[in-house]
Amino acid sequence: MSSTGTESTTATAAVLALGDDALILSHRLGEWAGHAPVLEEEVALANIALDLLGQARILLSMAGDEDELAFLREERSFRNLQLVEQPNGDFAHTIARQLYFSLYQHELYTELAAGNGPFAPLAAKAVKETAYHRDHAEQWTLRLGDGTEESRSRMRAALDALWRFTGEMFQPVDGLDVDPAALETRWLAALGAVLDRAGLALPEGPRTGAWAAGAGRQGLHTEPFGRLLAEMQHLHRSHPGASW
Amino acid sequence: MATAAAQGTARPEADGARNTTGDEVQYQDAFDAAVAADERIEPRDWMPDAYRATLVRQIAQHAHSEIIGMQPEANWITRAPSLRRKAILMAKVQDEAGHGLYLYSAAETLGTGRDELLDKLHSGRQKYSSIFNYPTLTWADVGAIGWLVDGAAITNQVPLCRCSYGPYARAMVRVCKEESFHQRQGYELLLALSRGTPEQHAMAQDAVDRWWWPSLMMFGPPDDESQHSAQSMAWKIKRHSNDELRQRFVDICVPQAESLGLTLPDPDLTWNEERGKHDFGTIDWTEFWEVLKGNGPCNEQRLTQRKRAHDEGAWVREAAAAHAAKHSGGTGAAGHRTTGAERA
Repeated sequence: MSSTGTESTTATAAVLALGDDALILSHRLGEWAGHAPVLEEEVALANIALDLLGQARILLSMAGDEDELAFLREERSFRNLQLVEQPNGDFAHTIARQLYFSLYQHELYTELAAGNGPFAPLAAKAVKETAYHRDHAEQWTLRLGDGTEESRSRMRAALDALWRFTGEMFQPVDGLDVDPAALETRWLAALGAVLDRAGLALPEGPRTGAWAAGAGRQGLHTEPFGRLLAEMQHLHRSHPGASW
Repeated sequence: MATAAAQGTARPEADGARNTTGDEVQYQDAFDAAVAADERIEPRDWMPDAYRATLVRQIAQHAHSEIIGMQPEANWITRAPSLRRKAILMAKVQDEAGHGLYLYSAAETLGTGRDELLDKLHSGRQKYSSIFNYPTLTWADVGAIGWLVDGAAITNQVPLCRCSYGPYARAMVRVCKEESFHQRQGYELLLALSRGTPEQHAMAQDAVDRWWWPSLMMFGPPDDESQHSAQSMAWKIKRHSNDELRQRFVDICVPQAESLGLTLPDPDLTWNEERGKHDFGTIDWTEFWEVLKGNGPCNEQRLTQRKRAHDEGAWVREAAAAHAAKHSGGTGAAGHRTTGAERA
């Protein structure tokens, strides 16, 4: 199967890392459909999910068959960040996850778009989408952080809860031609500026640990991820060889 | 465009209280003339109270149907069997939220508010289409909804593009374009299943068997039991009777089912040479009225989920309102003017 056959190449490691991030976060956002706090957010969250799914399809197709890679790999073969597989939680958790990730993705794609590597064409398109995603997450961080007492405390709790998954974004990935340390510096500066405007502080505590350091990139995931895959893959796996 | 007939006499009504009885008669005459001339009634024109109330009821019910209708399809987003199908389904559910937004806006031109309408939905005082009280049990149901449910909706809505109330008619033009696209995608989904493995074909047939009759019920009760029909047709809100539209839909679906390689679950369905239309079996009106009364398979579940989303989102809307209030004059509140707490 192509998913195991191609994993040895460094270019594929990078493709799967970026593709799986987009695929899994898109899936989580898709879970919001019909549950959002206001109709405008039904539209916005689905919109972001669709952008990410579009990115995932292009990236996975660079590594093989998109459906085979999405529906027939098992948990240990997925290379996404643990951050993006975290359950939606309340709206603040979803926004905190989105803030951390879209700031990272925007910085990353801006850099990739400027280069001439294999990701440059995709990045040129994706950078526009991620600018929108970032803006959406920032606006909600401001509203929740500088809204009511309740929204402020929920936003702070969400930022704290997801903080330990953020270090993984800056672990080196084979085939991804960026300087992780410089990326991290820019990410921290951008995040600090938003949180400052929202009247929130950068969370404290470790951003990596024995398990969180690059674990998702090695196929080591958190427990909710297996259940996500069970749901996502069930129908496809129930009809081997069928086309849809 | 406000009409020549309505403009001269009807405009003053919007600016002030009701005038004398004589004026009222004049307004009514201008309104009747505008409707008779197939001109559009616009928000600032005078209109009979009952016309306004009927439109609010119908547009609100239409808007509610769009947002409740997200649920049965969203039920399959996380399980869609290919990434292409997943993207199509996500885009469709997103479009439905957008249709809900257009329609609430159209209703608001009649002097009501989205919050008020949502309240009425949540408390059961306003209804949504009976079709969304049926469950999506398999992936093929997503295709059956696209083909049959959206197909029935389009049959109903295309004539509404010529409805006498301008904002509703214009919303329908936009909605119908997107709905037609969804309908073709649903058809294409079923076609892929029908031509797929025997298991996929059986899944498609089963879905059509379950959705066919509920789709026919979407056109409402038979003409002789439809209480609002005559008045709505006189006002040119409706252009065709329930039974006419239902017949049109059946006649469209029969050849489509044939080319799909699927059957429709009605032993009485036959071509009537004399009428140039299909005869079809009797709808189970007991089931229809039960679903309408709240006793369908998913009525409870749909309303509970809608209310839960709204209640659990209250703190988010309050935060947006509080933030906007602190920064009024700034840009922070853009796009969130319509949340409940901000109005208060």
